[in-house]
Amino acid sequence: MMDQWLIAVLCLAFLMILASVRLFLGPTGPDRVIAVDAVNTLTIAAMILLGVVYQEVIFVDVAIVYGLLSFVATLYVAKYIGGEL
Amino acid sequence: MIPFLITTFLAFLGYLILTAGTGNIGLWSVTELIMGAILAVVTGALTRNFLCRSRDYRMLNPARFLRLLVYVPVPFFIELTRANLDVAYRVITGRIRPGIIRVRSNLRTDLGIFMLANSITLTPGTLTVGIDEKTHDLFIHNINLGEGEEKKEYFESTELFSLINLPAWIRKIAEHDKEAP
Amino acid sequence: MPGILDLVTYVLLGIGILFNALGIIGLLRFPDLYTRMHATTKATTFGSIFTSLAVIVYGLGLFIGNNDSQYLTLAIHAFLAMAMLAFTNAVSAHALARAAHKSGQFPTPAVCDRLAEAKL
Repeated sequence: MMDQWLIAVLCLAFLMILASVRLFLGPTGPDRVIAVDAVNTLTIAAMILLGVVYQEVIFVDVAIVYGLLSFVATLYVAKYIGGEL
Repeated sequence: MIPFLITTFLAFLGYLILTAGTGNIGLWSVTELIMGAILAVVTGALTRNFLCRSRDYRMLNPARFLRLLVYVPVPFFIELTRANLDVAYRVITGRIRPGIIRVRSNLRTDLGIFMLANSITLTPGTLTVGIDEKTHDLFIHNINLGEGEEKKEYFESTELFSLINLPAWIRKIAEHDKEAP
Repeated sequence: MPGILDLVTYVLLGIGILFNALGIIGLLRFPDLYTRMHATTKATTFGSIFTSLAVIVYGLGLFIGNNDSQYLTLAIHAFLAMAMLAFTNAVSAHALARAAHKSGQFPTPAVCDRLAEAKL
């Protein structure tokens, strides 16, 4: 019953590792920022799936808060890159 | 006073959605209802100046909300699916011809431009990069321009969507009823 | 009934993982910042929407089957997380693209650049 959810979470974790390749290679700063943004999105998706794996709603709540905080962080980094801070 | 009431109502609604399924008055328990009401009033008092900054209450019209509720799951989702099939094709074949173009939006309100920019970002081959604050033109990064299209000075916003006329939907949802002269 | 529910969640999870993978491959493969942003914004948003839809279908199915309100809470919260994800991803993509263009990084393979010509 739990199998498909756990396999999906493992796939997402593997994709996060692939995205970190761009994080290390990325020639410029903004490239690294979009890699981090992609990792954040995948983390939120994985947290929602973990809520089913462990049968706990609290994972999904944490995912919502994590998503909003990473959104604010991305906006601040964008302001810093654009030279408005 | 009206901004305070709207903010309080929306905050209470959000609290009710987040705590659905905790008790048996409807779906909620008594403590959650009381706590939600107190927190909603505090939130409304603190943030009343942020939500309705322009003092324009056209979004209170329920017809606009119903159109928004239809717009997101049906026409927008169809374009989103097409966008992703397009991106899948580009990722696999690597056939791209990118460029930044200028698009006339013909929208006046902030909400309308915001919705158009978000719709453009999530639909086929286009990504919003910048905005001209005076004329409300958008600058779009297009991943696959056709031959000779880079010579055109302006694009109309309807040219970006091929299946469904999304700008007309957005105009009905977010713009003023009468066009300002 | 449980068989159909499992099948639907399998299909939704498969579509979600497929599009997430395409987004990450595009991130690794495309030549410059803006085209990479195309891949990550659209494909990972779409894939995450589908994995969340799988959770919503699972929660609603078990809620209708068992009448246990815990699963209704799971479905509603997953829906809120999905809406938040779709909204914030597009906005942060705008902010990053604008900031990168302002900091002087122009699209390197490009046939035209009206924003640099406009000089805002």
